[in-house]
Amino acid sequence: MEFFRIKKDIPFMRHALAFNVISAITFVLAVVFLATKGLHLGVEFTGGMVMEVHYAHAVDLDKVRGTLVRIGLPDATVQTFGSSEAVLVRLPARQDVSGSELSEKVYSALKQDDVTAERLRVDFVGSQVGKELVNNGGLALMLVSALIVLYLWMRFEWKFGVAAIIANLHDVVIILGFFAFFQWEFSLPVLAAVLAVLGYSVNESVVVFDRIRENFRKMRKASVEEVINNAITRTMSRTIITHGCTQLMVTSILLFGGDTLFHFALALTIGILFGIYSSVLVASPIVMWLGVSREDLVKPEKAKQEAVV
Amino acid sequence: MNRYPLWLNVLIAVVLLGGFLFALPNFYGESPAVQVSSAKATLKVDDATLKRAEDALKAGNIGYDEAFLEITGIKVRLKDTDTQLQAKETLQKALGEDYVVALNLMSNSPRWLSRLGAKPMYLGLDLRGGVHFLLQVDMKGAVTKYLDSTAASIRTTLRGEDDARSSGINREGNSVAVRFRDEAARAKAQQIIERSFSDLQFVRQESNNEYLLLGTLKQDSQKRIQDFAIQQNLSTLRNRVNELGVAEPIVQQAGADRIVVQLPGVQDTAKAKEILGRTATLEVRMVDEEHRDVQSIQAAIAGQVPFGDELMYDREKVPYLLKKQVVLTGDSISDAQPGFDGQTGEPAVHITLDGKGARIFQQVTRESVGKRMAMVLIEKGKAEVVTAPVIRSEIGGGRVQISGRMTTTEAQDVALLLRAGALAAPMDIVEERTVGPSLGKDNIQKGFHAMWVGFALIAAFMIVYYVLFGVVSVISLAVNLLLLVALLSMLQATLTLPGIAAIALTLGMAIDANVLINERIREELRNGTTPQAAINAGYERAWATILDSNITSLCVGISLFLLGSGPVRGFAVVHCLGILTSMFSAVAVSRSIVNFIFGARKKLDGLPIGNVNWHKRTANAA
Repeated sequence: MEFFRIKKDIPFMRHALAFNVISAITFVLAVVFLATKGLHLGVEFTGGMVMEVHYAHAVDLDKVRGTLVRIGLPDATVQTFGSSEAVLVRLPARQDVSGSELSEKVYSALKQDDVTAERLRVDFVGSQVGKELVNNGGLALMLVSALIVLYLWMRFEWKFGVAAIIANLHDVVIILGFFAFFQWEFSLPVLAAVLAVLGYSVNESVVVFDRIRENFRKMRKASVEEVINNAITRTMSRTIITHGCTQLMVTSILLFGGDTLFHFALALTIGILFGIYSSVLVASPIVMWLGVSREDLVKPEKAKQEAVV
Repeated sequence: MNRYPLWLNVLIAVVLLGGFLFALPNFYGESPAVQVSSAKATLKVDDATLKRAEDALKAGNIGYDEAFLEITGIKVRLKDTDTQLQAKETLQKALGEDYVVALNLMSNSPRWLSRLGAKPMYLGLDLRGGVHFLLQVDMKGAVTKYLDSTAASIRTTLRGEDDARSSGINREGNSVAVRFRDEAARAKAQQIIERSFSDLQFVRQESNNEYLLLGTLKQDSQKRIQDFAIQQNLSTLRNRVNELGVAEPIVQQAGADRIVVQLPGVQDTAKAKEILGRTATLEVRMVDEEHRDVQSIQAAIAGQVPFGDELMYDREKVPYLLKKQVVLTGDSISDAQPGFDGQTGEPAVHITLDGKGARIFQQVTRESVGKRMAMVLIEKGKAEVVTAPVIRSEIGGGRVQISGRMTTTEAQDVALLLRAGALAAPMDIVEERTVGPSLGKDNIQKGFHAMWVGFALIAAFMIVYYVLFGVVSVISLAVNLLLLVALLSMLQATLTLPGIAAIALTLGMAIDANVLINERIREELRNGTTPQAAINAGYERAWATILDSNITSLCVGISLFLLGSGPVRGFAVVHCLGILTSMFSAVAVSRSIVNFIFGARKKLDGLPIGNVNWHKRTANAA
C-alpha cells in the first residue's frame, strides 16, 4: 500500500506567497480574538477555587446558586459538568477567606442542602501561586524557543532556526486564538500541550530542513526553489503518515480520555493540523526568502580551510 | 551483510530483559494491606512489634496472607477490603495509640521481584485519590517571633545591671529598640548586650533626650532563623500527619518558603486541615498542691476529681492532679534544644519562650516558688505529662531548663516533642487539590483505555501499510512502551494523568522514527538499490533526522520540567524519558529485528515493506 505516488516534484514554492498570506490572516485573526476576548484562564492561573460535586440525581443549578449566595459567595459561577448530575463550582480568589476555609464552607453548605452531594475534586490555588504559574508558563515558552533556535542554528544555519521558530510560534498563537474564540478553558495541561506542539512542529520543520540540506549536496545544478520543492515532495508521504499516526492517538485521547484530558487533546489536534501546514509550507518559504544558499550548508569545511589560508 | 556485532545484540537483549523485569510488577495488581508505623519519634517498630501484631491477628481469627517488617514499618497483606478494615481495628486496639495503623495497597508482585527493587509505578494523587496542600510559611512571622523573644531576653539580662538600666525595651518593626536615660547606661548596656546577643547588630541613636540602641538581625542570622523555621514546621507537620494514619504521606520543602503535604487516600479534608493547622500542642499547667496527697489522687482515679482539676498521667503512668487553668500553650515556645545542665552536668532540655510567654512565665514562677509546674504534651488529642519539676526560683528571660532523671536520648526526645508542638512561623494553605478515589480510578481507566485504542489503531495501520516492516515497527513501539513503563517504575517517578497522556503522545510521536526509516528504505529500493543496501542506507540516513527532531522535542521536555509545576512536571518527565526510550527502541531494537530476519540472507529479491514498484510499472506502461 502506498498513498503517495508522486512522480514529479510539486511546485510548492510557486505558491509560497499564498501560503504565507493564508497563514498571516489566520495569525492576525488569532491575535484579534486573543486581544478582544482573551483567554479563559483556568483556576491554576487566576487563583481561586474549582469544586466538582456529584449528586445522585439531576441538579437544580439555581438552587445551588441560591445556596452559595446565602453563605455569602455571590460571585460563584455554577455550571453542569459532563452530565446533569455533576456541577462545577468556581470561585475567584478572595482576600478575606483563606483557601482552606473556602472549600470546606462551600462543601458543607452543599452537603446540607442535599446529602447525596459528593465532592469529587477540589482545586484551590492562591492568587500568588497563580501569578507564578503564569510567569513560569511564559518563561517556559521563551526558554523552549531560545533552545530550539540555538540548536537549529548550530545544526543548520541561523536562517533555519529563525524560520522554524517564526513558523511554529505562529502555531502557538493560532492554538491560543482558538481557545480565545471558543472560550475553552486554558489550564496547565493545555499549556503542556501547546509547548509539546511547539516541539513537535519543529520536528516537522527539521525533517524538511534535513532534506533541503541533503538536496543541496546532491542536486548540484538545481535552483534553491527546486531543491525545496523536491525536499517537501519527498518527505510529504512521511509527514502525512506520521501526523496521521499521532493524530490517531490524540483522537483516541480526545474521545476516551475523559473530561480532564479533553482540552489537552483538543489543543494537540489544532496544533498538529496547523503544525503540518506551517512547518512545511510556511517555514520553507521563509528560509527561501531569508536567502538561504548552497554555500550556507555545503562545503563548510572547505570554506574554513580557505579562510585559514 | 546487515548484522549487528554480538555485543550490541547482547546489550539489546539485556536491556529488554531488564525492562521486562522492572515493568513486571505493574501487571500483578494490588491487594489490600494494613501498614503499622510508629507514631512517636522515640518508638521503633521492630520484630517484637511484628510478633505482637501477628499474635493479635491470630487471636482475632483474622486470616492474612503475609506480615513482614520493612524500613517504613510492618506490612500485612490481606485478602479483601472487609478483612482489611477488621485487621486495622484489631491491630489498633492491640498496639495502642503509640502506633499508626493505616490502610494501604500492596503490590502483588512476588517477593523476589521486590527484592530486586522492582516496584510498580508510583501513582500521583490525581490517579489514586487524596489531598495535596501547598503551605506558605510566613517568614516575616518567624523573624518577628524571634525578635520578640530576644527583646524579652535583653530585658532580663539588663534587669540585674544597676548601672545599665534601660527605660524600655520593645520590638519595633524589624528591630529591637532599647531605650536609656543617659549615655553612660547605654555604653555599659551595649557592652553587655553585644556580648550575649551576637545575632543582632546594634546602632546608636538619639532622639528627644532618649538614648537608643537599635538592634537589627544580621544577614546570616536572619537566614539561619528562616531555615530553622522551615525545618521546624516540617517536623511539626510530619508529626501531625502521623496522627492522620496515612499510609504514604509526603511532607516536603518546596522552594525557599513553601511546604508540600500530600496525603494519598485521605478524603476527610476538613479533619486533615484542622490537624495540619492546629497550633497548641504543649501546655504548661500548675500542679494542684492542695490535692497532692495519695488519697486525693486515688479518689480522682476512682472518678472523684476535685473541682477545677484534671487528672493526667506521665509516660510511666504516674498520675498527677493538675489545675484546669492553662498557664502557657505551645504557641509561646520558640525553641527547645537538648543540652546539659550548667551546674550538675545532667542532660537537660533548654526551652526558649517568646516575649509574651516569657513575661507570663516569669510572673507565674515568681508567685509559685516551691510549687510544682507540669509540662503537658497533647498528642493525638491525648494529654501526657512530660515533666513536673519543682520551681526553685523565679525564672525570667524566657529561658527555661527542664532537667532531672533524664538520659541524653530522653532529653533529645523531649526537645523534639516540645519543638514539634510549636510552629516556628505561621502557615497558610496557598494551594489545595482534592481528588476523590472514584475519580482517580476513573482517570486511570480512561487514560489507559485511550492509550490502548490509539496503540491498536496505529498498529493496524502500520502493518497494513508497511507489511512486515510494519510488524517490526509495532514490535519496537511495544518495546518502547515496555521500556518507558520500566523506567518510570525504576525511577519511581510520579505518574499523573497528564503523564499517562504523555505516554500516549510519546507513542504517537515515536512511530515517526519508524515511518522515517521505512520511507527511506522504500525510497532507496525505488532508486534501484539492492535490498540489503537499502536497509543499511535507510537506517543510516534516517538516523540523523531522527536525532535532530528528537533533540528539539527534548528541549521542550526539559524546559517544561524546569519551569512546570504539578501536572505539567509529570507530563514533562514522561515526555523526556519517552523520547530517550523511543530513540533506542525505534532504531536499535527495530534494526536488530530486521537484521535478524534479513541480515543473513545472501540473495534477497525484495523487501516486504509494501509496494514500491509502482514507479517502474507505470513507467513501463507509459
